[in-house]
Amino acid sequence: MAAEKQVTTTGILGWIDERFPLTSSYKAHLSEYYAPKNFNFWYFFGSLALLVLVIQIVTGIFLTMHYKPDANLNLAGVPVAFASVEYIMRDVPGGWIIRYMHSTGASSFFIVVYLHMFRGLLYGSYRKPRELIWIFGTLIFLALMAEAFMGYLLPWGQMSYWGAQVIVNLFSAIPVIGPDLSLLIRGDYVISDATLNRFFSFHVIAVPLVLLGLVVAHIIALHEVGSNNPDGIEIKKNKDPATGLPLDGIPFHPYYSVKDMVGVGVFLFVFCAILFFAPEGGGYFIEANNFFPADPMVTPPHIAPVWYFTPFYSILRAVTYPLFGLDAKFWGVVAMGAAVVIIAFLPWLDKSPAKSIRYRGPIYKIWLAVFVVSFIILGYLGVLPPTPGRTLVSQICALLYFGFFLLMPWYSKVDKCKPVPERVTG
Amino acid sequence: MQARTGKGDWIMDSKIMKFAKALLCALALVPMVAFANEGGPHLDSAPDRSKDQLALQHGAKIFVNYCLNCHGASSMRYNRLKDIGLTEEQIKDNLMFTADKVGDLMQTAIRRDDAKKWFGAAPPDLSVIERSRGADWLYTYLRSFYRDDTRPTGWNNVVFPNVGMPHILWELQGENVLHVEKKGEEQHQSLVLAKPGKLKPAEYDATVADLVGFLKFMGEPAAESRKTIGVFMLIAMAILSVLAYLLKKNYWKDIH
Repeated sequence: MAAEKQVTTTGILGWIDERFPLTSSYKAHLSEYYAPKNFNFWYFFGSLALLVLVIQIVTGIFLTMHYKPDANLNLAGVPVAFASVEYIMRDVPGGWIIRYMHSTGASSFFIVVYLHMFRGLLYGSYRKPRELIWIFGTLIFLALMAEAFMGYLLPWGQMSYWGAQVIVNLFSAIPVIGPDLSLLIRGDYVISDATLNRFFSFHVIAVPLVLLGLVVAHIIALHEVGSNNPDGIEIKKNKDPATGLPLDGIPFHPYYSVKDMVGVGVFLFVFCAILFFAPEGGGYFIEANNFFPADPMVTPPHIAPVWYFTPFYSILRAVTYPLFGLDAKFWGVVAMGAAVVIIAFLPWLDKSPAKSIRYRGPIYKIWLAVFVVSFIILGYLGVLPPTPGRTLVSQICALLYFGFFLLMPWYSKVDKCKPVPERVTG
Repeated sequence: MQARTGKGDWIMDSKIMKFAKALLCALALVPMVAFANEGGPHLDSAPDRSKDQLALQHGAKIFVNYCLNCHGASSMRYNRLKDIGLTEEQIKDNLMFTADKVGDLMQTAIRRDDAKKWFGAAPPDLSVIERSRGADWLYTYLRSFYRDDTRPTGWNNVVFPNVGMPHILWELQGENVLHVEKKGEEQHQSLVLAKPGKLKPAEYDATVADLVGFLKFMGEPAAESRKTIGVFMLIAMAILSVLAYLLKKNYWKDIH
């Protein structure tokens, strides 16, 4: 038998530490996890994403107690699922707060995650040795999109129904397996009760499990290599010879735990402002058309996905040319998929000697700005019905979107970077 | 700590940056150039009745007397009308014709398959109609019926052409007829009151506004308490933020 583990703690904690790495995990991830001391505004969004995840899980648990995934019509001719949401809004005590927290949380999640990803672009957080953190992050983003898409079907309104119809139909554009694949996803030939039930199952358990696992992997990978910072330099390169601790690092707890509380306070202020005064988010967080119950017989004149999908939806619609005997829809799906997947390759596309935008040359700054503006325009166009003019604009923006990534190996190399300092600059 | 260094974090002031700014401006303007406005019937803006309980009670009366004959509000319970200042006794005595318990849902007595036969489509449930259509649409729609003998019901509507619903409030409004004036290419539609109803036009508009106000209340009965709670939540979150900031400042005073 192996020798007994030596621990310095005593009492109950000592008893636990002999059997479970409680104190050592607490130290490794909180009290002795050294983070750079120069985090700025952009570094709030990681912990905020975690907060929103908790909000979504907790409110989701309570919504699941009252929601009924049933597409059949009740006596009044309203689908049971749709009516159960209104039941939550009216008859469940505090139900409307829980429901609005969940719907506002969904949009907040994407706002926070988009800002979190943008931080990565600003300071080169995806660069070596943080490639795996970035890949986990991209997978989290993918899982989040699946989670949001399936959750949006559940209120069983017109936009839920027809949005799902449009997206699931996309899979049928894949050659050979497409039609069977979309049949498998729907569980029926049209979006129906079968689809609603399987999406409910995926939304409340399957995807959240994956999401949680990926979030844990994301954080473990981060704590393994340490956090990047706005200067894009490694704090582990400058350690105090006496203590072996990074000179520019401070323990996550208490310094960043208290600092993140400021972010949480401000975030919750904005969150409450939306939740209590504009829960529909101007028709973008909860679409007006989704207050019509789903009707398979009536196609709405204009089907717009929720705002957080619209940049990618625009890229899908921007592809209007058939190629190699496959129709434009298929290539649109490919372009949309590629637009997400290409994010994961960023660590290998970027050849710049500097990580942070502070020391990068003008070309990267221009490309990043063009990228952001293109992304926003694509998002804006995605909520509108297409016209020839809009399609042209979205084609240009889609090219700029991909240009940012695909031309990066070239422009990041020729860009004139400034010298990177040895120590963080505050 | 918190501040960005300022010197070159974001956009610098070189020639390239000026070019970049111009490019960004051009990109940002593109949408406006490319987007034409989609038309639709002009909608009058519905007067706000959310703070006026008497108006909402009047709206509830109109709703129960006219709308509820064919349309249900199957997510709404009668006793929720206490939120607009009515007592259970008042609700029971004045507003409940088909239900016998004050906790019942506001169901319609009409059978859905009958209604479908009579009007071509089953009348939609009105619980959340204001949240899908919007108050302005409803306010305009209910004032835009006109006589049209080509329609099975004898009625048509400017906002909702060939609507299945007859003008249920015609006794109040009277009968409108449609006048179409041709001004060159453009067609100008207007409604003219051919036979006055029980109410003067201004009174009818006010009645419809009350009804729409009630539909809005019914769409989200918690809306008013939501805003009241919201004020306290915002104050609480502001205090939380300030306290967190002071705590942070204290903890960080030795970090440079």
